[in-house]
Amino acid sequence: MSDTLNFFFLLIGNGVLIGLMYALIALGFVLVYKATDAINFAQGEFVMIAAIVVSAALQAYGAPLWLAILIGLGGMIAFGFGLERSVLRPLLGRPIVAVIMATIGLAAILRGVGPLAFGTGVRNLPLPISEDPIFLGPFFLTPVQLVGAGVSLLFLAAFGWFFMKSRQGIAMRAVANNQQVAMAMGIHVERYFALAWAMAGVVSALGGVIWGSMLGVDVQLALVGLKVFPVVILGGLDSIVGAIVGGLIVGIVENVAAGYIDPYVGGGTKDFAPYALMILALMIRPYGIFGKRTIERV
Amino acid sequence: MFFRESGVFHTTYQRDMALYPMPITKFAVAAFAVLFVGVLPFSMHEYYVSIVNLVLIAVVGALGLNILVGYTGQISIGHGAFMSVGAYTAANLIVRLDMPFWVAVPAGGAMAALIGAVVGIPSLRIKGLYLAIATLAAQLIIEWTINHVPWISGGVQASIEVPRPRLFGYVLNSQRDLYFFLLAFATVAIVATLNLVRSRIGRAFIAIRDQDIAAEIIGINIFRYKLLAFAISSFYAGVTGVLYTYYLGIANYEQFQIVVSIDYLAMIIIGGLGSVLGSIFGAIFVTLLPIVIRLFMESFGSLLFDPKDVLNLIPMLRLILFGALIIVFLVLEPEGLDRLWRNIRNYFRVWPFSY
Repeated sequence: MSDTLNFFFLLIGNGVLIGLMYALIALGFVLVYKATDAINFAQGEFVMIAAIVVSAALQAYGAPLWLAILIGLGGMIAFGFGLERSVLRPLLGRPIVAVIMATIGLAAILRGVGPLAFGTGVRNLPLPISEDPIFLGPFFLTPVQLVGAGVSLLFLAAFGWFFMKSRQGIAMRAVANNQQVAMAMGIHVERYFALAWAMAGVVSALGGVIWGSMLGVDVQLALVGLKVFPVVILGGLDSIVGAIVGGLIVGIVENVAAGYIDPYVGGGTKDFAPYALMILALMIRPYGIFGKRTIERV
Repeated sequence: MFFRESGVFHTTYQRDMALYPMPITKFAVAAFAVLFVGVLPFSMHEYYVSIVNLVLIAVVGALGLNILVGYTGQISIGHGAFMSVGAYTAANLIVRLDMPFWVAVPAGGAMAALIGAVVGIPSLRIKGLYLAIATLAAQLIIEWTINHVPWISGGVQASIEVPRPRLFGYVLNSQRDLYFFLLAFATVAIVATLNLVRSRIGRAFIAIRDQDIAAEIIGINIFRYKLLAFAISSFYAGVTGVLYTYYLGIANYEQFQIVVSIDYLAMIIIGGLGSVLGSIFGAIFVTLLPIVIRLFMESFGSLLFDPKDVLNLIPMLRLILFGALIIVFLVLEPEGLDRLWRNIRNYFRVWPFSY
């Protein structure tokens, strides 16, 4: 194989792994949107705060890794429940812009609280994974990315099963489909709203551990959340499969674009390309590849 | 003269839509004019004048965003970028072609209006969340473009130095000179907005916000008016960007990042959506908030925190307070400071009676 082709496949391979990890974070967004119709502009901040909590538990308090991750998970679940109760429930039935703004406000709070409570420095979040790249024929892959992609796939599959097969999952889909009918069927709608936010917390905690170990933990980690929007718009806002496909597309596109365009413009294509693609998607197919076709038109 | 009318008894639509709803308003406006032109700038220290200048700039931007979000019901998370469009357009005109401010300010606004209208095109098909994300994309793409095209951004560090504005050969050097310069623009913006929202266009905006389908049925061309709202709103944003560039003496994209978009959204939510007075309240509140926090931390911060960290804590406290205020206002008082102000006024109007 020629070098240019190798380079291309390397970019694709990295894109796939990164894309799966984007999918994990996007899953948190999709879960909330699917169940509650609320839009979470603070998904990146969720990931950041979870990573900060885990790394603080690891380093400042010397907890073992499994305990730190458990603390992170528990903290994010409690946070999800509390958030739904205190902020989102009073906003039920209000215009969508109000919910968007509330989560933007929440994002600002988290960006302030994280460093205020746990310090501003960049922490690392060491996972017991070797750092030597794995060579697979002409490619090399970093183990962290492989593990991240694996965990993402596992969780995407688990949530897929949850929504299709489990009683709670089916109830949640019912809530998402029509709140009034779900209520009439005896489903405790508010409980499922809270559950959806707690699940978003779980996903964010895992995303925080994986992304934190890759990028280092500080406020900048929240910028990962900016990639959520292209992923969910491309894939469809309420589709778990869509989150995976959207994640893969965004991962591959940004890697390939960065690989070929960055040398000419001096960096930054990674942040630009997914959004350019997203604008295109909004023009052509705003409900995404797998989303419900219920977008409101005027 | 503390007495007011006992109620609003307009008998014609003309009276109801008048710029001065009551005779006393004229006196109030005259009093404010005297205060802002004659008293305020000469009784304050230069530093405080510079803060008032920041408020005046923010008023223009908040009014613009409120036209879009508060009156037309469309959301934009890209206003920071529209400001940067205005700022760089003006900076290039000023530096390369030596244009005076009375060309640079409208040109910056017009360019931002053009870009804003282009960004607003998707609003024909999408709304709510999708529009929020589309404008977020616009913010990031415009930021990236300015940062990566040296022809726009002036090369090194994407910043262009801009000389102070000149009026008939007189350079507006001090903060006090700038104050009058900015006051003029803020006043024009306020009066223009007041007139806009009581005109045919403004009522069309409000109709679209309240019920877009009904608005279309009574003959409002939704697409045209949505684009118009984006264009007008972005024009204000562009002017804000130019004014800010004059204020700082430099056009730099870092002054117009997504944080700024969110600041302005916070202004109109805290101040009151769909209210001119609310925009002004919000601009004052949000601009003063970090300054008040800094003063507070400088005086009392060392009692609560480690003295070494006090200055580092200010930006975080600002973020937390900011977010908390947005949420508190959204949950408890969606109509913002404007509503609080009306409540207080109504209470005292009939005081000591209950009605």
